[in-house]
Order: sequence, then structure tokens, then C-alpha cells
Amino acid sequence: MSKVRVLAGTRKGAFILTSDGKREKWSVDGPHFGGWEIYHVKGSPVDPNRLYASQTSAWFGQIIQRSDDGGRTWFQPGTKPGEPTRTPEGMPMGESNKFVYDTSPGTGRPLTTHQWYDGSQHPWEFKRVWHLEPSLTDPDTVYAGVEDAALFRTTDGGKTWRELAGLRGHGTGPQWSPGAGGMGLHTILLDERNRDRMYVAISAAGVFRSDDAGKAWRPVNRGLVSQYIPDPNAEVGHCVHHVAMHRSRPEVLFMQKHWDVTRSDNGGESWREISGNLPTDFGFVIDVHAHEPETVYVVPIKSDSEHYPPEGKLRVYRSRAGGNEWEALTKGLPQRDCYVNVLRDAMAVDSLDPCGVYFGTTGGQVYASADAGDSWAPIVRDLPGVLSVEVQVLK
Amino acid sequence: MIRVALPYHLRTLARVGAEVSLDIEGPVTQRAILDALETRYPMLAGTIRDHVTRRRRPFLRFFACGEDLSFESPDSPLPDTVASGEEPFLIVGAIAGG
Repeated sequence: MSKVRVLAGTRKGAFILTSDGKREKWSVDGPHFGGWEIYHVKGSPVDPNRLYASQTSAWFGQIIQRSDDGGRTWFQPGTKPGEPTRTPEGMPMGESNKFVYDTSPGTGRPLTTHQWYDGSQHPWEFKRVWHLEPSLTDPDTVYAGVEDAALFRTTDGGKTWRELAGLRGHGTGPQWSPGAGGMGLHTILLDERNRDRMYVAISAAGVFRSDDAGKAWRPVNRGLVSQYIPDPNAEVGHCVHHVAMHRSRPEVLFMQKHWDVTRSDNGGESWREISGNLPTDFGFVIDVHAHEPETVYVVPIKSDSEHYPPEGKLRVYRSRAGGNEWEALTKGLPQRDCYVNVLRDAMAVDSLDPCGVYFGTTGGQVYASADAGDSWAPIVRDLPGVLSVEVQVLK
Repeated sequence: MIRVALPYHLRTLARVGAEVSLDIEGPVTQRAILDALETRYPMLAGTIRDHVTRRRRPFLRFFACGEDLSFESPDSPLPDTVASGEEPFLIVGAIAGG
């Protein structure tokens, strides 16, 4: 029988939750890296035991951790080519935490400022890695979305990281500005059919697409409307919270924006709103059913300042029609006195049938549904605030 | 031997105890200590000072002999008692948020 492994990043460490394919009984392993913020943990699609974790701290900066055995042991992968990965005393070597913006004229235009909250220009300052996206074909290649927004890539298993400077350098960078949570590049989508195509999303700038494997980029935000920016239809400046795609239809994108749930059927060339009957179209997460490309999940959150579920009821909303018509999924979820949030990277779906859906809350619960959202149960209730959730199905 | 006291999270990262001992040739300065520390424990590079600017990270301070040395020049000689190992060089994380 298949095994399911959920990777939860929290405010105070990483946790690995495992079950068999029934997804009824779970074991909880952790915390790994206790006391550190773990923004994201994700496994390689081609080598599921190869995991990467973003470990970060306002005090001590950024660390990248890697596991080659499914999370049992971890190490910092950074070491120079040809050198041992451990010191003679057994210490892990390396500088896998080195993320330095590329300002060289040869690989991209030197770009040193973006728009600050007050409209002035502000220097680009590296703060942390928000999202790690392993390559679809090579376990040693991983993309990292960082704050202040930029895209980095490693091709040596996390030892060294280089910026794909064409994103920041394509021209609109000085118009990007931080959202309330910072100016993070939080979404990286790789196109399984066209290996040269990838998307990233940034708060608050929008969605950007590359058709040459990350060298050149352009904004793809036409159709988005954001009333909270000077030009609601601007090319950039939209506070995109998350974007999801189904692997079989990579040209179709679903977006949870600051306000509005939207979709694009043409690789981001144009977007249209699909909020429909949602109780509020504010929220953070969005994901797509593993086997039904028109089945989409969101968790509506009240307003852009309160950041908790409407009426104190935690409800996942599912559309089986690709948007506009949504049904509330409540069975097993708290329907009174619930004031948690579900952050942008804290929902995932597994590939089993029926599709499993998982999400984590700022209150430390990780909920799982083994029936595509019809019913829910907590895997664990009292973790630190959950920042990210990913899931793997192991054969 | 120079004694360096690390905050909890850097101890766990480097897998060491509360203090580490370092050999330093030449003048004992903040820069010399941090260079030696990062050479001995490469995983600490970037955690105490920025990779590029080499500036102290904002939430960390340096103390020795009861004095805050955070704003001293990184190339100023440290007290003799630090150079002799009688007193540790303290890398301290700010107590913030509580």
C-alpha cells in the first residue's frame, strides 16, 4: 500500500506526518530545527527522499537544509566542488545559506531598488527563502523564491545558489512593492509539458512568465483588477497571494489574489474573476484537485485586515466547475469560535484516488481530507503556527 | 586559545556546546575571531554577519568583559583578557518580541 508523507513547516520547526494510503492514522515526527522558522519543506518529484527545507531566523538569517533519506537526517549541503561534505570532526561544511543578488552587468541589469511602502525607492535586501521548488527532472536542481523578491536556482543539490537575474532586471522591478508580509516571491510553477516555461508570483507585483527556462521574463497580469493600487489595471503591483495549476493543463492557472479569485486559460495572457458565490473572495491558499482539473479549493478569509474565517467558521470552498459556483466543505472542521488563518503555501493535494487534501492553520492544526474535501479530520492539533504544507505519495 | 560563547541556535547549528575555542594568529580583533569561527564552522557563515557587507546582523551584539563592543571597529584589538582566554567573547542574540 502507498504511504503518505506530509511536510509541515511551522513558526518553530518542521514536522513530518506519515500515514498509510488510508490516511486515517498518522504519526508525527518533529520538531526538526526546533525554534527556527521553517518557511517551506518540499521533496523532489524524481527522488522523493530528497527533501529541501528553508530554515530562517530574523536573528541568524537563512539556512538551507537537505535530507537524502526522507527527513530522518538533515545536513547543510553547501560545500565547494570536490571538497568533502563534512569536516574531519564530522561537521557539515558549506555556505548553502549564501543568497547574493546578481548585480553584474553581464547577466542582468544592475538593479538595486524597488518601491517602498511610502512610494520612495528602497534597496533590495535579502531576508529569507519563502518557497523551494525542486525541478521536475533533476533532484539536484531547485528553484528558490526569496524576499526581497527574486528567483534563485541551485544545480548542485543546494550547495550554491545563483540568481536568475532576468526576472528582477526585466524592467518593472522598481515598481514592485512589499505587501504586509514583505515582498516575497512565494509561488513557482514549472510547466511539465513545456520545460522552458515557468511562472512565478510576487506580493505585491503580480505573476511573471518565462518561456526560456528562466532567462527572460515578462509580467502576465492583464485582466487583474486591484482597487487598492493607483491604477487598478496596472501591468504590475497586484498583490497575488497564490497561484495553482493542474499538471495536465499547465496553461490553466487559478489565482487567489488579495481580493478576487481568478483564472487564466492561456498561460496568464488574460485573467477573469471566478469568485462567484464565495462568502468573501479574500484569502491566501488555492489548489487544484489531483485528478479533476476543474475542481478547485480555496479557504475564504474575512477582509484584508482581520485575517480569520467569516463568522468564526473554518470552511474550505470547492468548485467543481472551475470557479464561480462554490460549495462549502465543513464536515469535521470547526464551525464556531474559529479565528485561525491559512497561509498561502499551507495547502496541498495528494495523488491518491480519492484525492487527499491537506491544509495547516496559524493555530497549529493540520487538517486532512481523504475524500477530496467531503470530510476532514485533524492530523495534529497543537503545532506552532503552520507556514507551509506539502504532501508526497510514496510507493 | 580564544573562547567564544554562542547563542543557543548557533550552537545547535554548529553542533557545539555553549563555548568554542579558537586559535588565532596575530592581533585578536572581532574580525579575526569571526573569520576564524567561520573557517572552523563554515555553517555559521552568514549567520552572524552578512555574507557580502560583513556587517553584524541587526539582532546580534558582541560583548566582552562586561562591555558592549558591538559598535567598536571590527579591527580594533579586543581586551587582553579575551586574547588570553581568561574572558570569553560573547555573541548574544537580542531578546526581542517578548
